[in-house]
Amino acid sequence: MSLDVTQVLLSAQSADGAIRKHAEESLKQFQEQNLPGFLLSLSSELANEEKPEESRRLAGLILKNALDAKEQHRKNELFQRWLALDAGAKQQIKGLLLQTLTSPVASARSTASQVIAKVAGIEIPQKQWPELIGSLLSSIHQVQPNVKQATLETLGYLCEEVSPDAVDQDQVNKILTAVVQGMNASEANSDVRLAATRALYNALGFAQVNFSNDMERDYIMRVVCEATQSPEVKIRQAAFECLVAISSTYYDKLAAYMQDIFNITAKAVRGDEESVALQAIEFWSSICDEEIDILDEYSSEFTADSDVPCYYFIKQALPALVPMLLETLLKQEEDQDLDEGAWNLAMAGGTCLGLVARTVGDDIVPLVMPFVEENITKSDWRQREAATYAFGSILEGPSADKLAPLVNVALNFMLTALTKDPSNHVKDTTAWTLGRIFEFLHGSALETPPIITAENCQQILTVLLHSMKDVPNVAEKACGALYFLAQGYVDAGSASPLSPFFQDIVQNLLMVTHREDAGESRLRTAAYETLNEVVRCSTEETAPIVMQLVPVIMMELHQTLEAEKLSTDEREKRSELQGLLCGCLQVIIQKLGGMESTKYSFLQYADQIMDLFLRVFACRNATVHEEAMLAIGALAYAAGPNFAKYMAQFYQYLEMGLQNFEEYQVCAITVGVVGDLCRALEDKILPFCDGIMTQLLKDLSSNQLHRSVKPPIFSCFGDIALAIGENFEKYLIYAMPMLQSAADLSAHTTATDDEMLDYTNQLRNGILEAYSGILQGFKSSPKTQLLMPYAPHILQFLDALYNGKDMDDTVMKTAIGVLGDLADTLGVHAGPLINQSTSSKAFLEECLASDDPLVKESADWASIAITRAASG
Amino acid sequence: MAPPPEPRRPYKRPAISDQQRRRELALQAQSARRADAQARARALASSLLTTPTPPAATHRHEEEHEEEEEQEHTVADVAASASKLRGSEARRWFARQIMLPEWMVDAPPHLASDWHVFARPSGKRCLVVSSNGITISRVRNGSILHRFPSALPNGSKRDISGPASSYSILDCIFHEPDQTYYIIDMICWRGYSLYDCTAEFRFFWVNSKLTETSAGDPPSANHRYRFSAVPIYECTLEGLQAAYSGGTPYVKDGLLFYNKHAHYQAGITPLTLVWKDETCSQYVIDTDGKGEVPNEQHLVLELQEDGKLVTSDDPPVVFGSLDNEFIQKSNLRTGNLLRFAVRDESVRLVDGKMQTGELQFVGKPNRARAFADSHSKALFQYAARHAPLRIDDLIASIQSNNMELESTDVEMQD
Repeated sequence: MSLDVTQVLLSAQSADGAIRKHAEESLKQFQEQNLPGFLLSLSSELANEEKPEESRRLAGLILKNALDAKEQHRKNELFQRWLALDAGAKQQIKGLLLQTLTSPVASARSTASQVIAKVAGIEIPQKQWPELIGSLLSSIHQVQPNVKQATLETLGYLCEEVSPDAVDQDQVNKILTAVVQGMNASEANSDVRLAATRALYNALGFAQVNFSNDMERDYIMRVVCEATQSPEVKIRQAAFECLVAISSTYYDKLAAYMQDIFNITAKAVRGDEESVALQAIEFWSSICDEEIDILDEYSSEFTADSDVPCYYFIKQALPALVPMLLETLLKQEEDQDLDEGAWNLAMAGGTCLGLVARTVGDDIVPLVMPFVEENITKSDWRQREAATYAFGSILEGPSADKLAPLVNVALNFMLTALTKDPSNHVKDTTAWTLGRIFEFLHGSALETPPIITAENCQQILTVLLHSMKDVPNVAEKACGALYFLAQGYVDAGSASPLSPFFQDIVQNLLMVTHREDAGESRLRTAAYETLNEVVRCSTEETAPIVMQLVPVIMMELHQTLEAEKLSTDEREKRSELQGLLCGCLQVIIQKLGGMESTKYSFLQYADQIMDLFLRVFACRNATVHEEAMLAIGALAYAAGPNFAKYMAQFYQYLEMGLQNFEEYQVCAITVGVVGDLCRALEDKILPFCDGIMTQLLKDLSSNQLHRSVKPPIFSCFGDIALAIGENFEKYLIYAMPMLQSAADLSAHTTATDDEMLDYTNQLRNGILEAYSGILQGFKSSPKTQLLMPYAPHILQFLDALYNGKDMDDTVMKTAIGVLGDLADTLGVHAGPLINQSTSSKAFLEECLASDDPLVKESADWASIAITRAASG
Repeated sequence: MAPPPEPRRPYKRPAISDQQRRRELALQAQSARRADAQARARALASSLLTTPTPPAATHRHEEEHEEEEEQEHTVADVAASASKLRGSEARRWFARQIMLPEWMVDAPPHLASDWHVFARPSGKRCLVVSSNGITISRVRNGSILHRFPSALPNGSKRDISGPASSYSILDCIFHEPDQTYYIIDMICWRGYSLYDCTAEFRFFWVNSKLTETSAGDPPSANHRYRFSAVPIYECTLEGLQAAYSGGTPYVKDGLLFYNKHAHYQAGITPLTLVWKDETCSQYVIDTDGKGEVPNEQHLVLELQEDGKLVTSDDPPVVFGSLDNEFIQKSNLRTGNLLRFAVRDESVRLVDGKMQTGELQFVGKPNRARAFADSHSKALFQYAARHAPLRIDDLIASIQSNNMELESTDVEMQD
């Protein structure tokens, strides 16, 4: 094929849509017809100094995209495709890429480094490009700074792409030496020094061994610390980023450097550019993260077996660290509360202060309180806001004993400030602080005397409801405070102190949702979320008010359906609002459907609600509304067999939900709803099962569907079989082989990490739940013998699980239940099979002796069923 | 090139996503209802069954099972049991296998001649078992720390030699900072039991056997963690000095003393001792949940059926009791571990035993905790707060032994 690649690449960036489209088509065709030729001409383009910068850059980009993709499934395909490519072509491409690193054109070099790293990411773990690192390192001593810079950049990307265990320690040492030399203050070219500093950031994960060696570590740390003093701001920032990464990767190696690091960070926080100062604060936040994790892990456990040591860096730095952070709180920007993406010194400092409080607990209180007391009454809003923020930040961490007296004093002040302070900033932070007080110091779990009493509860509510009329950002925080106030009464029983004000609260929240400006600052969402929590925590005495809410929310939902001819933007907003309303209805359905006293009167609304949900589905073309699906599951459970009348209309959306591979959450929720439907409808679901089963089987065979959906699909087989009994017969020939191959796979997977083991166990549990449902479904049917051919395999699966030694208690419980189900359903026919199985006896004995009552219960049942089967 | 720093925690936002909460609540409800449906199906079936009591066969097996548990641990037993165990049972079984040191409150005589000493690595104590191509480590409460391939015998799919089911069991401390398992004892090697061997011999084996494998190599794909022996010294002046102040590749947490003649014995034994001071450990005095030293000494004790509060020793030492009313009011159950504070002035030492007056209930300890404190630990903690046993005392003890070297009576402290 003859094609002017340069021209096509330029056309592909044309402003003219038609030209662009045509060019993209040509590229696609070329790629499909001759992949090696395609990749080779792209790399030649990238390497060719005669070609325009634009075509070279795009050539590199397409190359990169031909090697890697975000989606795991696609990524694997691309990896395999590259590995299968003709070796000669690959050799040529790699040669051209390396050649491009010496280009005088910066963008070509930079693109080439990224492509090289992608190739390395595929080949190095396969031991296929062993000479790469050596050849990169050999050019590092080049005099030309641009080559040196590009080489360092490539090494950095390479470390990002390749896993540390794929590279020999010897090569790691050489990479680190080159990188650290490039970072050294003696490096005159600042581009080189910057590239080296950024490369180190990625290479840190490779430096385990080097960080264990005192001399090497000292050297690396010295160079990093020196780079934080560079005259170039970008280098200083990159160096601090390295320090942040070191703080989490090598926490336990830092003791010797902490004093110096403190001095460096303090200087940066107080005087450097914001981008640098933010990283300096981030260092301390990151140390807090580490220490919180460590202290969490061993909480009170320093005993004969002490754990990962905590060095208490934060505790030691506290007297100097806290004042530094308090200073940053005074550097607020005007209107930062209105900008969702804002991130500045005051915000970073405040966030860090909150983490410090969680790390050290009570010790922070005396260091922060003088600042609060001194500033909270000042005339400058910055001082009042900073003081309030400081107080709010330390509410998580210190003990309730320490905080309660302070909060008791502060509460009145806060309530007054929220009503009267002239600054929106101060009010915003005050409402947030009240929310933190309710979140951490209110609720039946606390042992301190309650902060909120019958006396002040009304006053608090009055203030919060009043603040919900304030500007959106303040109102949103007031809603958040109410959320936690309600949550604290979840266990209050019938005498919730909120009950007398319930009507008021609900009305005020609804008013907020109707505000013209409720779209700002997430206000509408916050109001509905708070309404949901208020409903969840409500008691029987306020049930009539919740009942009145049903037609109100329904009307709201109805109104969203009236609008016509919406723009894309408006459709999106409508969909979001429908989500909030469906979510609210879901909570109400669960609440009212779950209490005998309200269930029947509530179900009068079922027809209308269902009608609304169906219309919400109809608003979209291709996808179903996740929130509506969740709400329907709740409705099906409440309605029981009566839900059958909605099925004819609802079915199409159910199927659509099961087909949604891309939004796997939607698919997972729909699978769950199928389970709800099975239990609600029982054999009335039969007419829909052909379609549902077809879709579920398709889902299982797809490698596009997120794996987390697969275990629930297997469980769903069990739900269906249990609902329709022997009618499951016609699905056996499809479902059983699927179950068998999944069982084989899951029995013989050696999980290499906890996450994998967890998933394997979920899968096993799903498979076993399917077997259980199918066996129980066929119980007492004349067709029981249809299951006999599958029995040996099921027993083998149980043997394999028993011998695999890595199932969790849930799997154990389900597995032993399946053994019982097998005996129960197959009766005398099962006896000999069970006797022949290698481990079922031992398995049962173990389960009978289990500590876990659920395992024991399941085993007791199995033991009775087996005895009966054996005795005929 | 460095990716932009991840967006920090949301500023001033409550950490709630009501949607996520709704999803999770729905999932929980679904799985509970599935269990209900399953139970109903089975109940329907059981009601048709005519045997109301569990069959005799099951009883017989249960008895056998109990007998098995009471047997001494022979190697066959170890290998056989370990291969059959899983889940909670494996946890309990392993939890009973570890040899635990008493805390040293007095220097034992003949330190130099009868004892080994080494610096204990700081980290998680665990039993590491390799067999059938996989290596599993379990911490003291029996839960799994890591499952991984290793270069121990039969520790990875690649390294299977001899019968794949032959076991090796090592007593290790996993040291987090360098991701290394430090071997402090060896219980079983390629199916050969070392239970009945002296400590001296076991230590010799650790060193010689480790070098037969490549388990000491740096991590690789078939060997996730490095194993390393700890330097073990005779407890002479020089040995003690080396263990106490010599450099180690790991963070130290006190010193361990092993009587050379002692066999490996599960549970707490006075033939291994642990001792620490501020120089060789970061944690001499126990801290509370916040990492601070509480004003009063804390004790974790187990509640017995009769309300008595006991240590983890065998036989247990009683430190006090709770009355029924308190037990019911606080919703406590037999076997619960409870944390108490002891006022110093109420402690009395009688014949080397610690007696406490009033115990003040503080709360329940961390759930991961599997055992109560031992008596010697309580005693050590008490001493640490008042008159600790110092390194000089140990040195003096060795020196005085040296002087009476003629005395040859070797006295085991069993």
